[in-house]
Amino acid sequence: MNHWNGRKRAVILLAAALLVLCGVAAAGALAADQAAATDFTRKNLAPSPAFLFGTDWMGRDMLARTLTGLSLSIRIGLLTAAVSALIALCLGTLSATLGGWADGAVSWCIDLVMGIPHILLVMLLSLAFGKGFAGVVAGVALSHWPSLARVIRGEVLQLKGAVYVQTAEKLGVSRLRIARRHLLPHLLPQFFVGLVLQFPHAILHEASITFLGFGLSPEQPAIGVILSESMKYLTTGKWWLAVFPGLSLVGVVLLFAAIGEQLRRMWHPASVHQ
Amino acid sequence: MEPILEVKELSISFTQYSRGTMQTELPVIRSLSLTVAPGQVVAVVGSSGSGKSLLAHGILGILPYNSHRAGELFFLGQPLTQERMEQVRGKEMVLVPQGVTYLDPLMQVGPQLWKGSRDGTHRKRSRTALARYGLGEEVEGLYPFELSGGMARRVLIATAAMEQPRLVIADEPTPGLDARSARRVLGHFRELAEGGAGVLLITHDLELALTIAHRVAVFYAGETVEEAEASDFAEGRLRHPYTRALWNALPQNGFTPIPGTQPGPGEVGEGCPFAPRCPRQGPECLGKVPYMEWNGGRVRCLHPEGETV
Amino acid sequence: MKHRLIFTSKKLLRMALLLLGVSLAAFLLMCASPLDPLQTNVGQAALGTMSQEQLDQLEDYWGVNDPPLQRYLGWLGDFIRGDMGTSLLYRQPVGQVIGQRLQNSLWLMAFAWVVSGVLGLTLGVLAGANRGKLVDKAVRGYCLLLSSTPAFWLGLVLLVVFAVWLGWLPIGLSVPIGMDAASVTLSHRLYHAILPALTLSFTGVAGIAMHTREKMADIMESDYVLFARARGESARSIVLRHGLRNVILPAITLQFASISEIFGGSVLVEQVFSYPGLGQAAVNAGLGSDLPLLLGITVVSAAIVFGGNFIADLLYGVVDPRIRRGAARG
Repeated sequence: MNHWNGRKRAVILLAAALLVLCGVAAAGALAADQAAATDFTRKNLAPSPAFLFGTDWMGRDMLARTLTGLSLSIRIGLLTAAVSALIALCLGTLSATLGGWADGAVSWCIDLVMGIPHILLVMLLSLAFGKGFAGVVAGVALSHWPSLARVIRGEVLQLKGAVYVQTAEKLGVSRLRIARRHLLPHLLPQFFVGLVLQFPHAILHEASITFLGFGLSPEQPAIGVILSESMKYLTTGKWWLAVFPGLSLVGVVLLFAAIGEQLRRMWHPASVHQ
Repeated sequence: MEPILEVKELSISFTQYSRGTMQTELPVIRSLSLTVAPGQVVAVVGSSGSGKSLLAHGILGILPYNSHRAGELFFLGQPLTQERMEQVRGKEMVLVPQGVTYLDPLMQVGPQLWKGSRDGTHRKRSRTALARYGLGEEVEGLYPFELSGGMARRVLIATAAMEQPRLVIADEPTPGLDARSARRVLGHFRELAEGGAGVLLITHDLELALTIAHRVAVFYAGETVEEAEASDFAEGRLRHPYTRALWNALPQNGFTPIPGTQPGPGEVGEGCPFAPRCPRQGPECLGKVPYMEWNGGRVRCLHPEGETV
Repeated sequence: MKHRLIFTSKKLLRMALLLLGVSLAAFLLMCASPLDPLQTNVGQAALGTMSQEQLDQLEDYWGVNDPPLQRYLGWLGDFIRGDMGTSLLYRQPVGQVIGQRLQNSLWLMAFAWVVSGVLGLTLGVLAGANRGKLVDKAVRGYCLLLSSTPAFWLGLVLLVVFAVWLGWLPIGLSVPIGMDAASVTLSHRLYHAILPALTLSFTGVAGIAMHTREKMADIMESDYVLFARARGESARSIVLRHGLRNVILPAITLQFASISEIFGGSVLVEQVFSYPGLGQAAVNAGLGSDLPLLLGITVVSAAIVFGGNFIADLLYGVVDPRIRRGAARG
């Protein structure tokens, strides 16, 4: 048999991606002090072996700042993705199991939230929670649930209609037991993949909203802050202030997206044939 | 007379993941042999889930990308390679599929029949074919969702009839129809055979198949277990225990059910797949069972009914 | 016909209710904000330059002592009469500010909407029709990369390359700096809109392409495509005749659903290029707690999004024979 098939490759890729992400998160936490250290003897240095990402107008090491920003992004991303996925799970299941007006209300809310352009909604939420860290977390967490909630609702509805679940109901199996034995095993992979696929969005929106000035405070070396500040210096040719931090962010988001995509494909029923 | 289609030891398997990252080859059709002569209706009868549709797809060269085909195929005496399949399908070799889902839901019947060709000959041929099955010109302007079940079936047969095919492969053409319409639809296939074409009728319904078929190939767990003349059934000249069991399960023959279930793909070992359910099985049935000439037909059994001649 | 009328009016009613919900939700969120619109955010300077009359009007408008619901009803009453209040930042009626800004943004968004739609559909169909092949892998990789790239960073990079390094295109704004409004020509506007429009077009492509690819792949595995192959139709004919025809319905939904995404992208892109559009106004309104303006922009943008969904529903009725003919008979 083929020893090097798609799934084995996927598992190794997954492990590598996770390792890189953990490494970035840890390095960022360690580099926090270095990221804040100013040194006016080494202002505005272009990238060199000593400072791979260059330095900014206060002589801060851009590599350290980028790493710290990424680690911040990863942590906020994990937190917000987890919260919004949980909201999605609760609302999706509730609306599908209760039906009737509860279903109508949840569906209406989903349409409502999806009707406001995403960035605008995150902005509004972040304002309501007073900007800063709390604002960003609340804004991203409370705005990302609708699409996953819709998926979970559909999934639960489909399971509820499935013959084996209806048979179990007629046989008098308790609802809790049906939920645990029949619904959960199907729902969990869906939920988990949905959760992982939320990471990239969460991280991107955190960076976006911070870039616009509604998120993390300018003192924190968040990627959004770094890029927003870099705008003042781009016209004078200090391209490295924007290019490398942004590229690293793309790298991290790409890793998360790739992990999510691999998991989705592996858990997709049709993937047994690939 | 030279047979239209000859299938020798055809096998079709899929590559898929069994557990985790392990990949296995899953055989769905293992050793399938049959012959279709001109003017003949050959029915392939097997219960649902035995991989019958794949036989049709395998002959037409439209198997999914993760499948693998082995064995020998001959069409009009020439080897039937993938290239040849692509040349002859839709012309000398046509498929009549199960139902309305095989028609493009957003395209009117007419353009579907014409296959994108704008010239008049296609229109004339399709009009003749529709008329042959009692469908008027106005049907060309209908969308598939506007067709009744019987109409859809006749449109699908018209797609075959307008091509003047040498081989017609009908894949379960009757489900969802009442007994009268089903018999009418099967009658159309018989007509095609009387016109000189070979008809391969794939069905789960032995009773209906016997109303029009000349020969019957019985299909079990991916193998042909018996080939018989249609008349053998009424005359009691059956060979394989599974054929006997199928026959006995018909309402007019006592409605006797067979105990046990048909093994799925990948659950079959080297020996006879029917052995666990067979009243005549012995220890030797766990070994390889050859497909042999027996009593005027062919059978894959070590303890067949009847005498050799 | 009656069928369609009932369907349409039901949709319209739901849209109106959703819009009401959006305005209420946005209003409540703003009320919940700990940032006081009058003091902290209009800024002492801005407050100082206001006349007593304006201040009174403001206090009255955001009547700190009234309960939120009463204030909301007051706003709603004015809104229905066509008055969205006065922008604190621009000292103009909100309706007027939005009107001007929307005009600028509309250029940008319409261009990006069309380009990303056409490009996304093409890539999606190509990838879906060739699933598992090299084209598919390339499109998938490209989309994954694109959807992992923040729109504003892409804007920054394009800015560095085309405006700073190559000097081909202007750094930002919709017109040359310091130019008299009267002497600005269409070519000036187009010249300044190239980079933002390009950035915005890029960002919308990934979503549409990936979804189209999925639908196209499903179609290619459908019974009717299998039958078309069995009837000897060529791969080309199958994609053009059956694939495109059947992918058009989901494509309509995707295309109109992408309005929301394009709008969100425009907020970021306009900020990067200092393009004076609706998105930039939204950011300024948010940062300056210009609540009437922010509320107005939210409601207008939601109306555009819902309007898009509504048009998609109507188009479905025209394109899909099952609805068109089914309704005609029923």
